[in-house]
Amino acid sequence: MQDHGDACRLTGLGRTYGRGTSAHHALGGIDLAIRANEFFTLLGPSGCGKTTLLRLIAGFDQPTVGEIAIFGRNVAGMPPEDRPVNTVFQHYALFPHLTVAENVGFALRMLGRPRAEIAATVARMVELVGLEGMEQRRPDQLSGGQKQRVALARALAPGPKILLLDEPLSALDAKLRQRMRSELKALQRETGITFVFVTHDQDEALAMSDRIAVMQGGRVQQLGRPEEIYEAPANRFVADFIGGANLIPARMGPEGAMAEGLGTIPATGTSGAEVTLAIRPERLAILPAGGHQPGDLGPLVVAERIYMGNELSFRLEGAAVPLHVTLPRGGLRGALDFAPGDRVALRPETGAIRVLAS
Amino acid sequence: MKLHRLLLAPSLGTILIFMALPIALTTLYSILSPAQYGGVIWQPSGEAYVRLLFERDIFDDTLSFNADYLQILGRSVVQAGIATILCLMIGLPTAWFIATRPPAQKSLCLMLVTVPYWVNLLVRTIALLLMLRDEGPINGALQSMGLADGPLPLAYNNFAIGLGLVSSFLPFMILPLYAAIERFDFSLLEAAYDLHASRWQAVRSVILPILRPGLIAGGLLVFIPGIGSYLAPDILGGGKTLMLGNLIGMQFQGSRNWPFGAALSTVLMSVTLIALILVARRAAREEA
Repeated sequence: MQDHGDACRLTGLGRTYGRGTSAHHALGGIDLAIRANEFFTLLGPSGCGKTTLLRLIAGFDQPTVGEIAIFGRNVAGMPPEDRPVNTVFQHYALFPHLTVAENVGFALRMLGRPRAEIAATVARMVELVGLEGMEQRRPDQLSGGQKQRVALARALAPGPKILLLDEPLSALDAKLRQRMRSELKALQRETGITFVFVTHDQDEALAMSDRIAVMQGGRVQQLGRPEEIYEAPANRFVADFIGGANLIPARMGPEGAMAEGLGTIPATGTSGAEVTLAIRPERLAILPAGGHQPGDLGPLVVAERIYMGNELSFRLEGAAVPLHVTLPRGGLRGALDFAPGDRVALRPETGAIRVLAS
Repeated sequence: MKLHRLLLAPSLGTILIFMALPIALTTLYSILSPAQYGGVIWQPSGEAYVRLLFERDIFDDTLSFNADYLQILGRSVVQAGIATILCLMIGLPTAWFIATRPPAQKSLCLMLVTVPYWVNLLVRTIALLLMLRDEGPINGALQSMGLADGPLPLAYNNFAIGLGLVSSFLPFMILPLYAAIERFDFSLLEAAYDLHASRWQAVRSVILPILRPGLIAGGLLVFIPGIGSYLAPDILGGGKTLMLGNLIGMQFQGSRNWPFGAALSTVLMSVTLIALILVARRAAREEA
């Protein structure tokens, strides 16, 4: 990959609200280098600090400790209006008293650009997001998806070096959200602008991002490409938050990890250590108990069968925690079905089990 | 459903008997002839309206233009206008401050704004006069500090009237502005800064246009009662500078020319109504 340098470098960044015993550490120890032209996602549950981080980059809030550099320039104390960064707000924050065209041209007007340049840029932006013919409408005459596009066009119009997006798709319905995902990704490639995208939706993050920082408790839990995050979660939290995983408590024995009701699973580690086994529900094959082979887990009992259209999911009892297994419908495996009460065994795919420190 | 409508009966009845009827009566009186010691004679006459602009010679009945009453109307408009602008300049930051407090402090602040209304307007106006007069504490303090040689003319002038209007109508400005700011979506302000607006640009391009309905409501609530105010010019102006309210009062009390007083009232009401309609139509046009 070509080296573009860093669009945004965060060093030892932290943000604490309040003082003394009531202090709340919203963010701490953030060291991140967001590359130029990258689609970078901050992913985590609400309250994980991702929005705080975005606000620090935008300049709406000041860090308690640490440093933010945008394209090599330290932006400490620089107000938001002076930063080469624009934001797409979660609830759009479109100006209700202005038309679509006036909203899109707002930043250029504030910068005192000539009228002709503003008109040309507005026309280009409106076309970019596919809102031709809507220029004279007001925000309350637009659908959610259209408002979203206006917010995008408005933030892109001044030509930011970094575009910050704060859960921009969360207010849209599921179908529109799907479409906007591809459009956003295409827009990012087309414009070549660095996108910093905040979301709590793992599907969104996996589908669009070049890299993802998974956040929890004000800290980055894991940083990596979507595949790395999903296939090789660094810890319990990441494994559980991204895609959901069976997290099984186990103890390291001489031949592997020993898990209650499942037997011994080949793994290496310090003998006697408490560990957590993480297994994705779709990386387990389910078979009738009886034809038990070495390496199979179980036997377990089907407690619930959940039909979900494109896949079939089972909840299995018999281990320390209930286990979930999903089978895609169709194909050879689609022919398999079980009913509650059936005794089954599980056969994990090679490399499917990750051993995590507890 | 029938019963439900009855709930409105008391207020509709009150408005009808104590507002609509008196207004109709006033308008009617304005086109009748004055009786000698107050009251009216049931004889139609346009004389009251003629008197607004012209003086009738007592000997030969010729009419000559007389701008005195127009001047009083103009003075009332200017005084009320200045008071409205001052209320706006004081009220907007105050309302902003209150609307951005935590909820518990908000209700306390709002209560404090309304505290003056626990004291009668007449008492408040007289108290203000006591503050302003030559021997009052303000002049006393200024002189004892050596800031003034003699008493400053604070009372019995337009300045005192303006001060009286501002102090009595300020809450009517603060409350609607508070309501508007309370509803203001502060992410719009962040959006403005994010889109490279300076503080002043954000105020001018985002805050003021969005708060417009509140500004208009507050402005009308100060301007309309201000233009017809009676107590402030009467007490603080010392009766020297008349405003429309005093002129109307005089017609019913001193001069005993009820039709002329009624005509003045009708003109004031019409001017107010026209102004209201213009504002409402402009607001409606901007909504569309």
